[in-house]
Amino acid sequence: MKQWFRSGTPWIWLTGGAVTISIVMVVGLLSLIAVRGLSHFWPGNVAEVEITNFRTGEVSSVMGEIVRSETITATMAREGGNPVSEGQDLVTRYLFKQGNRDQFGTDFVWHFGNTMGEVTYPKGVFAVERREWGNFYGFPVALLTDGLVVSTADDVGFSAQLSVALDRAITRADEQRQIERREVGRINTAMERIRLELRSMELQGLDESELATRRAELDRQREALDAEYSVLRQKMDELQRERRRDALVMRMTDGREVTLNLSTIIAITQPNDMSLTAKFIQYFAKIGEFLSTEPREANTEGGIFPAIFGTITMVFIMSIMVTPFGILAAIYLREYAKQGPVTRMIRISVYNLAGVPSIVFGVFGLGFFVYYLGGNIDRIFYEAALPSPTFGTPGLFWASLTLALLTLPVVIVSTEEGLARIPSTVRQGSLALGATKSETLWRVVVPLATPGMMTGLILAIARAAGEVAPLMLVGVVKLAPNLPIDGEFPFVHLERKIMHLGFHIFDVGFQSPNVEASRPLVYATALVLVLLIVLLNLTAISIRNRLREKYRSDSD
Amino acid sequence: MEKQTEKPTLKTHLAAPSEVNIAELPCKLEVNNLRLSYGKDEALKGINLVIPEKRVTAFIGPSGCGKSTLLRCFNRMNDLVDSCTISGEILLDKQNIYAPGVDVAELRRQVGMVFQKPNPFPKSIYENVAYGLRLQGVNDRRTLDEVVEQSLRGAALWDEVKDRLHDNAFGLSGGQQQRLVIARAIAIEPEVLLLDEPASALDPISTLKIEELINDLKEQYTIVIVTHNMQQAARVSDQTAFLYMGELIEYADTNTLFTTPAKKQTEDYITGRYG
Repeated sequence: MKQWFRSGTPWIWLTGGAVTISIVMVVGLLSLIAVRGLSHFWPGNVAEVEITNFRTGEVSSVMGEIVRSETITATMAREGGNPVSEGQDLVTRYLFKQGNRDQFGTDFVWHFGNTMGEVTYPKGVFAVERREWGNFYGFPVALLTDGLVVSTADDVGFSAQLSVALDRAITRADEQRQIERREVGRINTAMERIRLELRSMELQGLDESELATRRAELDRQREALDAEYSVLRQKMDELQRERRRDALVMRMTDGREVTLNLSTIIAITQPNDMSLTAKFIQYFAKIGEFLSTEPREANTEGGIFPAIFGTITMVFIMSIMVTPFGILAAIYLREYAKQGPVTRMIRISVYNLAGVPSIVFGVFGLGFFVYYLGGNIDRIFYEAALPSPTFGTPGLFWASLTLALLTLPVVIVSTEEGLARIPSTVRQGSLALGATKSETLWRVVVPLATPGMMTGLILAIARAAGEVAPLMLVGVVKLAPNLPIDGEFPFVHLERKIMHLGFHIFDVGFQSPNVEASRPLVYATALVLVLLIVLLNLTAISIRNRLREKYRSDSD
Repeated sequence: MEKQTEKPTLKTHLAAPSEVNIAELPCKLEVNNLRLSYGKDEALKGINLVIPEKRVTAFIGPSGCGKSTLLRCFNRMNDLVDSCTISGEILLDKQNIYAPGVDVAELRRQVGMVFQKPNPFPKSIYENVAYGLRLQGVNDRRTLDEVVEQSLRGAALWDEVKDRLHDNAFGLSGGQQQRLVIARAIAIEPEVLLLDEPASALDPISTLKIEELINDLKEQYTIVIVTHNMQQAARVSDQTAFLYMGELIEYADTNTLFTTPAKKQTEDYITGRYG
């Protein structure tokens, strides 16, 4: 035994074990997120089953996707009011996603296995994805136009006619959205500009006649815009009317018929009739949709594109701000500052800054950046818009700045290390050729230290992209109406509020009215966040490696 | 191969025309009562020395004797050490380089230096050689091309690198790197070239090439070389200074110093009794 200890074998086991446990935990974490998140998009079959009500004995039919099942003890079931027969210890219950929230009130419901009849997967079931009220499951009955039956489900051309009508409705919806976004948005911006101009004219205190002429001019512009708007309004109303003409009559499993207007429908699938290939196509289409569309229904449906976009934009702006600042500070500390107690104290303070809880940065950002700096910017540059704040409210810029502050120590420390690692012989070589200190610094030392700077940036990005707490105070919101970058002048809107993946996870997971519907989205969003950080890191790492290759030196 | 080329070099040097009086040669550098200390440690204790023009002067001595420190005084590299204090004077062409108002960068352009370990910049071979010129604001492509070629030829490296001038300098071998560094130093046409143990990190063949190069370079430059290798000093230098514990023990033309040293300490050192 003693021999065994002396041989060092236990140490190998101990250290190897630690590595194994770490790997298992990381892999476990990632695969849990991946499996839970990705399985959500699989088009599940729609089950139909007879349920016997254990109190009244009535038999009713239930239809929906079986999301998951769990086994509970009979005692628990009895406490829940289900008279499980004696001698049975365990009972399984199934969570049905029955959809049709507008009809039933809830779209997720538990049923006990012992009350269920045989589960069937009937052909011809429609799973209808709607803009509101979640999915609808049922059998198609007829297609209506202007309230008249065009075709019934038994007709030969039914599905073709339905898809034509649906395509038309969706195209019109897109058109309408385009108009709302682009044209109406443009008009609104112009109107707002006129309002601000009027207001600033009042603030400037021009004399009456001048004011009157310019006001008349602006009024004329406003009238032109109003006219333009009314034309658009008409066009939109027209589209709206067109969209509303077609409707689909569906029969629920309990026999009730429901009329769904085609304008409320996003997509119709028939999961029980799909082949495996079709399901795969559908699966990837759903994932693509998740990544590229906006959220709907209090973030429980739809995609997360604005959150992805917001996160990336914020990280970029943060990088742009933190990199030069941190690098310059590090260069001063390492190259110019006299190394003494003061420098050492500054350095210790910088290192400690990295340990300050991030929410504290959030509070600082809110107090200093948003209220103080932003408030002053508003008073000086955006006086006309007051009292509604422009920069004096949380927004992209302040969020990025707060994160830049948060990650500054990381960049400074890495850059300093990069500078310290450069062999003094290289500096001396440059000095010996008649270069001054600054020439040496900028021509030789800084290029050699770029890999170190990139390391700092990588760490900063990794930290910033996952940060949530301070962002809630300084600019991230549950639902942002606009992206921070768009086609409207000045294209990058630093004052806008943004969505963020980290906050989106928090919001969907804990602030959602529909827990069951949003649960898989939490995992899916988390997966996207992890992948996004990995992607950002890989980009930065590949840039660093390229730089390393370029500035490879013997000392490395 | 090595021996064949080595022998004549040794012979020519050891058979050099007999004693030269150093004081009679045209003087390039003159050291007067130079004292230097790092904090409280005195590294140089009053050195007086005259270095003649366009000849090779070697400094030898055991580790820590101050030979590198003395060398680094000639282009004021010791200025970089915070705790370093210097008194006395060094005259370059009768001008004190430690006088107030001397432009150190300008001085270093006149007094080039090559270090013990090859220290190319993380740039291409071409840019390494062009570095000094670019510092002086020379950016004309044709001038640069010309100087780069001349310097690389001067450092006997041109034939080996002419096809890959724009490759990274770190791709060269140690000996090539050291010759590149020499090319870089002579590209700005200094008057004096300081070599701080230039071959100590190199293999014998590269060492030989560097020594041959030194022999060629003394036609144009005043060369001061620090070495801990006495054979090397004997092979390449015209006069040799022996330093010990911060003092100049003996300074004479190389032949005399190695064959008939005047001081006991010198004799002990060159016969390998200590050091």
